[in-house]
Amino acid sequence: MKEIKLMKGNEAIAEAAIRAGTDGYFGYPITPQSEVMEYLTAESPHKRTGMVVLQAESETASINMLYGGASCGMRVMTSSSSPGISLMQEGISYMAGAELPCLIVNVVRGGPGLGTIQPAQSDYFQSTKGGGHGDYNIIVLAPASVQEMYDFVELSYELAFKYRNPVLILSDGAIGQMMEKVEIGEQKQRRTLDQIIKETPWATTGKTSDRERNIITSLDLDSSKQEILNWKLQKKYQAMRDNEVRYEKINCDDAEYIFVAYGTSSRICQKSIQLAREKGIKVGLFRPITLFPFPKDAIFEMAGQVKGMLSVEMSAGQMIEDIQLAVNGKVKVEHFGRVGGIIPTPEEVVNALEQKIIGG
Amino acid sequence: MEENTIKQDIRQDENIVYKRTNLLTDKALSYCPGCGHGTTHRIIMEVVEEMGIQSDVIGIAPVGCSVLAYEFMNIDMQQAAHGRAPALATAIKRLIPEKFVFSYQGDGDLAAIGTAETIHACNRGENITMIFVNNGIYGMTGGQMAPTTLIGMKSSTTPYGRDSHLMGNPLKMTELVATLPGTYYVTRQAVHTAANVRKTKKAIRKAFEYQKLNKGVSFVEVVSNCNSGWKMTPLDSNKWMVDNMFPFYPLGDIKVPEE
Repeated sequence: MKEIKLMKGNEAIAEAAIRAGTDGYFGYPITPQSEVMEYLTAESPHKRTGMVVLQAESETASINMLYGGASCGMRVMTSSSSPGISLMQEGISYMAGAELPCLIVNVVRGGPGLGTIQPAQSDYFQSTKGGGHGDYNIIVLAPASVQEMYDFVELSYELAFKYRNPVLILSDGAIGQMMEKVEIGEQKQRRTLDQIIKETPWATTGKTSDRERNIITSLDLDSSKQEILNWKLQKKYQAMRDNEVRYEKINCDDAEYIFVAYGTSSRICQKSIQLAREKGIKVGLFRPITLFPFPKDAIFEMAGQVKGMLSVEMSAGQMIEDIQLAVNGKVKVEHFGRVGGIIPTPEEVVNALEQKIIGG
Repeated sequence: MEENTIKQDIRQDENIVYKRTNLLTDKALSYCPGCGHGTTHRIIMEVVEEMGIQSDVIGIAPVGCSVLAYEFMNIDMQQAAHGRAPALATAIKRLIPEKFVFSYQGDGDLAAIGTAETIHACNRGENITMIFVNNGIYGMTGGQMAPTTLIGMKSSTTPYGRDSHLMGNPLKMTELVATLPGTYYVTRQAVHTAANVRKTKKAIRKAFEYQKLNKGVSFVEVVSNCNSGWKMTPLDSNKWMVDNMFPFYPLGDIKVPEE
């Protein structure tokens, strides 16, 4: 029998973390995601699974606690919102450089600066283009429902360990705060230290006599070696592009126009499709689920079918740059967005389609 | 021929009074001749060897002169971002409490950029060992002022000497962490003489042994020299350290467990 619960997106992340056999959660309070750590501490996961939950002194400390735990082959995660994620960028860059798996959840709020505590999608560039220093990428998953908040936790660990790379769940304040039905999965046992040593032979778990010492570092003072490491990382990112692209197409079969939107915007667009189709406008939704790797081939393919695309984002226009690159001038691409914590209405989106794409 | 025979006669196990620990790798140290890092590395590894905990120890290297500590210590190690070693150590120890975890940090790393991580790891009473090498200067980047640079001391960013009105006062991090309930053992030592090396080794041994008690942070400061950064010969820098550093950073135990 399936277990169904009514949960907030942030609570779903927390419950999924426990059920996925997370070894350690390290975080710092920030609105609108504080429920993640509140839920975890209330659930006492150290009693349920032995999971460590620790409130750190800052997001800088949190991400570096992830570095320490991930270096030991542990399943570790943190969650925060935009300003806190900005503080973590140094650590994310180090983890990408040292090839460490981890899960980071960003429940995005509007910026720049302290901005607002209301939902936004203005961290797309930071998430997909490498918010920290150096040539690196992290896998970015964009959930559009509380169920996906739950499901993407397990998926993130799978991808993080497959590629030895950080994975980011890019959510927003609306999905974090809203309540929906969630189908809860089975409780996975946390791996024993012996299992971890077997599965991650590179991890620093103590040098035994049967192997060389393990070192976790992102440093090589010899540039010729550092260049080799850089190309190795690039090869890995290419493998992500080749194998991990995920997206969803809704009402696209007969579509003459499409909305391209992820997360909360994609939910709005589904209502907009209804309104537009009532008016006789054949419009569909292309929803990227992975923002890195971006589904550029699938979007290029759509460009052969439709007359125009509207990128609907709660930002001033960030994802549109990737859409334009994918489409390469083949069809018209325009942006519609609300910023500063405002969620667009379905009607506004239809108006924008009519004015910027159909009539424009 | 006869001389060789004599040497071989002498090299009997019972005649060996000192042997380099196997827990140091064969890699040549990257430190300047006369620097205290090499000796400090050696005695930490001797302690690990004598305690028989090589397979149970995880070390953390900082950013600074000892950034490459993992090249020399034959144990599993992680290299942390600048100042963040205590955060790494916190997670490792909480996730695998049966392991011995230590951070190895300089004064810029531990007492400037990493102040928050240092204070909070100490305040939470993380059950780890922190080794703090204080030479009053940023060695690796070319001798800039550190949080521990003495008043009047010249560095490449205090070319006329540190002026407290302009640059603030040197920070006694070790005394500061000793005031926190989360620290169990806090001591300040040095490695410039054989007697001091023996004392420091004893302190480091205690600092590792105490992890078995689960009572909080063991914190060992090693006051050291930086002959390159101070622009002195190794011998002069040791003398300068004794004359100038020790009065401000006096050696000895600051917080000892009640036996």
